[in-house]
Parts: sequence; C-alpha cells; structure tokens
Amino acid sequence: MNYPVAIKNVSKSYRKVKALSNISFEVNKGELFGIIGPDGAGKSTLFRILVTLLKPDEGEAFVEGYNVVNQFKEIRKIVGYMPGRFSLYQDLSVEENMNFFASIFKTTVKENYHLVKDIYSQIEPFKTRLAGKLSGGMKQKLALSCALIHSPTVLFLDEPTTGVDAVSRKEFWEMLQRLKQQGITILVSTPYMDEAGLCDRVALIQNGEIMEIDSPEGIIGNYTKNLYKVKTDKMFEIINDLRDYQYTDTAYRFGDSIHFTSKQENPDSDELLSYLQGKGHDNVQINEIKPDVEDCFMALM
Amino acid sequence: MRTIIYILQKEFLQIFRNRTMLPIIFIVPILQLLILSYTATFEIKNVDLVVVDMDQSMESRDLVGKFKGSPFFTIKDYTFSYMEAEESLKTGHADQILRIPLNFSKNLERSKEAAIQVTTNAIDGSAASLVNAYAMSIIMDFNKNIVVQDLGLSGDPEPIKITSSFWYNPELDYITYMVPGILVLLVTIIGMFLSSMNVVREKEIGTIEQINVTPIKKYQLIIGKLLPFWIIALFELAFGLLIARLVFNIPILGSIGLIFFVAMIYLLVVQGLGLLVSTMTNTQQQAMFISWFFLVIFIMMSGLFTPVESMPIWAQYINKANPIAYFIEMIRMIMLKGSLLQDIQKPLMALGIYATISLTLATWRYRKVA
Repeated sequence: MNYPVAIKNVSKSYRKVKALSNISFEVNKGELFGIIGPDGAGKSTLFRILVTLLKPDEGEAFVEGYNVVNQFKEIRKIVGYMPGRFSLYQDLSVEENMNFFASIFKTTVKENYHLVKDIYSQIEPFKTRLAGKLSGGMKQKLALSCALIHSPTVLFLDEPTTGVDAVSRKEFWEMLQRLKQQGITILVSTPYMDEAGLCDRVALIQNGEIMEIDSPEGIIGNYTKNLYKVKTDKMFEIINDLRDYQYTDTAYRFGDSIHFTSKQENPDSDELLSYLQGKGHDNVQINEIKPDVEDCFMALM
Repeated sequence: MRTIIYILQKEFLQIFRNRTMLPIIFIVPILQLLILSYTATFEIKNVDLVVVDMDQSMESRDLVGKFKGSPFFTIKDYTFSYMEAEESLKTGHADQILRIPLNFSKNLERSKEAAIQVTTNAIDGSAASLVNAYAMSIIMDFNKNIVVQDLGLSGDPEPIKITSSFWYNPELDYITYMVPGILVLLVTIIGMFLSSMNVVREKEIGTIEQINVTPIKKYQLIIGKLLPFWIIALFELAFGLLIARLVFNIPILGSIGLIFFVAMIYLLVVQGLGLLVSTMTNTQQQAMFISWFFLVIFIMMSGLFTPVESMPIWAQYINKANPIAYFIEMIRMIMLKGSLLQDIQKPLMALGIYATISLTLATWRYRKVA
C-alpha cells in the first residue's frame, strides 16, 4: 500500500535542540489528518521536512511515494503548502497572486477554477486589492486558494487557523471537509485542541515526540478515568485547594471551570464536595463529564 | 522559458508598484550625477593666504604681487608676526602662510640666493599638495624673472624648455574626468545593492518558502531576479550618458555600443556579487551593510578619486579583484580616448572571467534545499 504520506523514524535537531525525535506515521489517501500540539512541539519542522524545505537528520519520509530528500523536485509539483506565516506577495493584488502561482505551475486560474471556486469566490469581489491589505480571514482564504490552484494531491496546512476569528475558523474547517470530498489528502497542524474533533485522525505531538495517533473518538475512548467538571464561587483559590486534596490526580483550568480526576478507584464526588465546602467554597457544582481531546492530551503529558 | 517570463512580469510589477523604491531607482542617480560631477573636483580656488613680509623690499612686494594676481590665491591678511600668522592657520582662517624673511632682497643681490618659507595646512593631504604646487609654480616663475633681469642674461634662461600638453582631456577638465566614473557608480549601486536586497527581501518576508515549494528551478529564479535590475541599470546608463553629453558636453569619442557591451558584462559581475551577499544574509539590513562595506573599498580603490598607479604595490594587486577599477578604466578609455574593442581586450577578459566566477559561486551558494 502506497500511502500519500509516510514517515519513518524521522529525527531533526537544531544544534542542541531536538525538534523531532523518531517520528513515524502514515496518512491514508483522502484523509484529513490533524497534527495537534502546543507551540514549539515540532509541528512546523515536520511540515517543512515533508514539503522538502528541510532535510531530516535521520529517517526517511515519503510523499506520494517520492523521497523528500532526493526526489524533492517531484514532490514540489504535486503538493500544496500553506506556511504558518502568510507568505504571499503583499504588494501584489489577490488576482495577481493567484495568476502568478497558477502560471509557475504551468496552469491557469481558469483551468482549475472548479477546485478553488468555493473559497476563491468569497474573496473574488476584492480581487484588485493588494494581498497585504486583506483581513486575516481573507488572507487565509487567498493562501489556501493559491495552495490549491495547481490541483495538488496532498495539501499541507501549517497552523492555518492561528490568529483567525472563530467564525472564519469554522468556515475554514467546512472548506477542508469539502476539499476532502474531492479526494485530496490533507495534513493540517493546529494548536487548538477543539479542532481535533474535525479531523479523521489526529497525532498528538509534544516536545518532538508523538504521544498518540488515533481517530478523535479512539483517543477519547482510550480515556478511562472519570472526569469531573468543578465550579464554585471562588475560582481563584480553587486550583490550590484542589491540589492540596489528598485524592487529586489532576486538576487544571478548562475555560471557566476546573477539570478534575481522582486517584480513587471509584471516586466519591460527595467527599470532594464536603472537602471544598470545608475550605469555604460556596455554590459548588461537581458534574461528571465526557472527556474531549484536550483532556486526553493533558492526561498524556 | 515561460516560467522566467512570469517571474519577470511579477518582479517588474513589484518594482514599479513600490512607491519608495521607484524614486530611488530613477531620480536619485540623476541627482547624484548632477551634484557629484560639479562637486567632486580637485581644483582648488580661493586659497586663503597670510603674508608675512619682513623685508618690505621691491622684490618681496613683487613676489606678493604675483600671488595676488593668481586666480588661486586670495590674500587674507598681511602681518609682521609669524606667530600671528600661525594662529590664523590654526584657527582655520588661513590655508597657507608665505613668509619672506628680512634681508630677502639683500641676499638675493649679494649671494644670488635667498630663502622664503611656505607653510601649508595639510589636514586635507591632497588639497595641501595641490596648494603647495600652485605656490611653487608662482615662486618658480618669480625666480625665472629674477634670473633674467638681474643676471642680465638675454634670451632664454632655460636651455631646455619643457612644455606639456594633456592628451585626451586637454584642459584637464575635472568634469570630463569624473562623469564617466560617476556613471560607473550609478550602475554599480543598481546592480549590486538592489539585486541583493531584492533576493533577501523574499527571505525576510517569508515568500521564499512558498516559492521554494513550487517547480521553479534555481536558475529560473536567479534569472528572474537579476534580469530586471540588469535592464534597469543599462537603461540608467543610457540616461546618464545622455546627460553627460547634453548637460556636461562630454565628448564620447568611442562607440556607445562598446560602452554598453562592457556594462553588460560588468553588471553580471556586480550582480553575481550581490547575489552572493544575499545568500549569506537573512535581512535587507545585513545585505545592505555588507554590500556597502565592499562598495566603499571598491570605490576608494577604483581610481575614481586617486590614481591606482600611486597606490602601494600590494594594493594594486588587490585592485585586480576590483571590478569597479576595470570598468572605470575602460569607460574612460572608450569615452575620452575612443578606444576600440582590441584596446580594452585585457580588462574586458578579466571582467568576463570575474563574471563567470561570481555568478557560478553565487548560484552554487544559492541552494534551494537548506
């Protein structure tokens, strides 16, 4: 089986800092594959190796069967890459950027218009505007359009939703779902755990190592502990109080509440309730909840 | 080939859209040419002279009169105190002191020999030697008259008469001499600065990442990057030559086609160097600083301001690696002397080799895969 993306024991260091250590995984054809991890986890380094901008120190990586080191020319013809930093020409207009990137791939915007229609039609009214003058969400749509215009078989999107508003993020993921239906394999990296659920499979990455690769459901399914959401009147003190609690396994902030797991085999929420009330917390709410990917990530750390 | 055209299109679009670069490319060089050609002159007029005439004789007044009559000297002050004269030299009110000691005329009559003292402010060395030379020629002239009058020699006092004439620039006009050199500077700045900055800019703003993940080949990108400034520099040379001819009325004796041929090869050298600089730097600031460092050395050693022949031997060897020196030498030969291709064969060959080396090295350094 020839995977669109296959990585075998890849390591990469910058001087003494190990950016990636012994990474291996495969991505299936037509899959929307998420690489989820905090800033500095090694996501961009991995992407830069796959799009042939960096050479791995050890191991091998293949894109559509081509080796990233000695067959980089082939890879550059068939992949679409959207770097984490906006990398189009800010002093060229939307239209000029599109035409330029189409022409250097020996195609035209017209020829592949059907591929980008969904996305490009949203920014087409502003096609004479300079790319540097677009809003964040529009820049991202333009970058995706430019990465798609030559009809790539694999799309690499490095943190495409970082710094983009919530509505645009949602729209962007809907666009990715539609692209997936056209058979394009998509690798997307993101620091946002809530986006993991939108991928077919995700790899959780931390400090250059992959902690787990599975479908979002699978990752959540592996989470066996009872997870509680705790809220009280005094949210400022609660985290310290919980950490002093004898049965606390983990306790971390999650939005406006605390996610809590217990060391007890069968956790007793009533005991926790009385402990917190004893510490002077009022209106204590303790609810057992289903974990999401972020909880799994925290548990793996 | 079509890819190169697309890159060229993009480059020209960006160059002409850049509101700050455009005037720098087109207006600044013209201003430079107009201003520098008039100001970068070695002629020194209005040397402020302080006269200390202790003798007050006919002869001494005669000598002072000769200085007074010279267009180069303005007599600022007469004094009897050498200390006072020295003070005005120190404060910068005077450039030169002429001191005629007591008994000047007596000694001249008695022993046919007399001494005078000339003191020159040499803060600016090259100016001082010129001022000194002017003073010497006046004193020599005076001396000659004394010999004729007092010794009663008739006819020509000098058995061998030296007359000099300056070829290719008969009036030793500094503008004629400077303009070709300044044209070279203009072309160099466009070629080296702008090309290196343009390549680094793509690195700095990150667009090179996107470009690298495309099928664009190394040579296509390099040609696409260098060709626009090659064309602009040649265009500017044409414009500069037009100004040289129309405004400064400088004779262009040789073939204009040959000037352009030399410029075309020369530009490859400096663009190759510019590209080399861009491969070693990551920001426009770094690129500018390094280019500037080399440019200053090249310009100072080029023979534009001081003759190469008067430099120490080791410096003359270093100058063999100075492309500006070759180009200035050739453009002066073609414009002022009407030299033909066979006359400039040697320096042209050197430039050709230089172009090959610098471009090869730069292309080799410019690796697409990090």
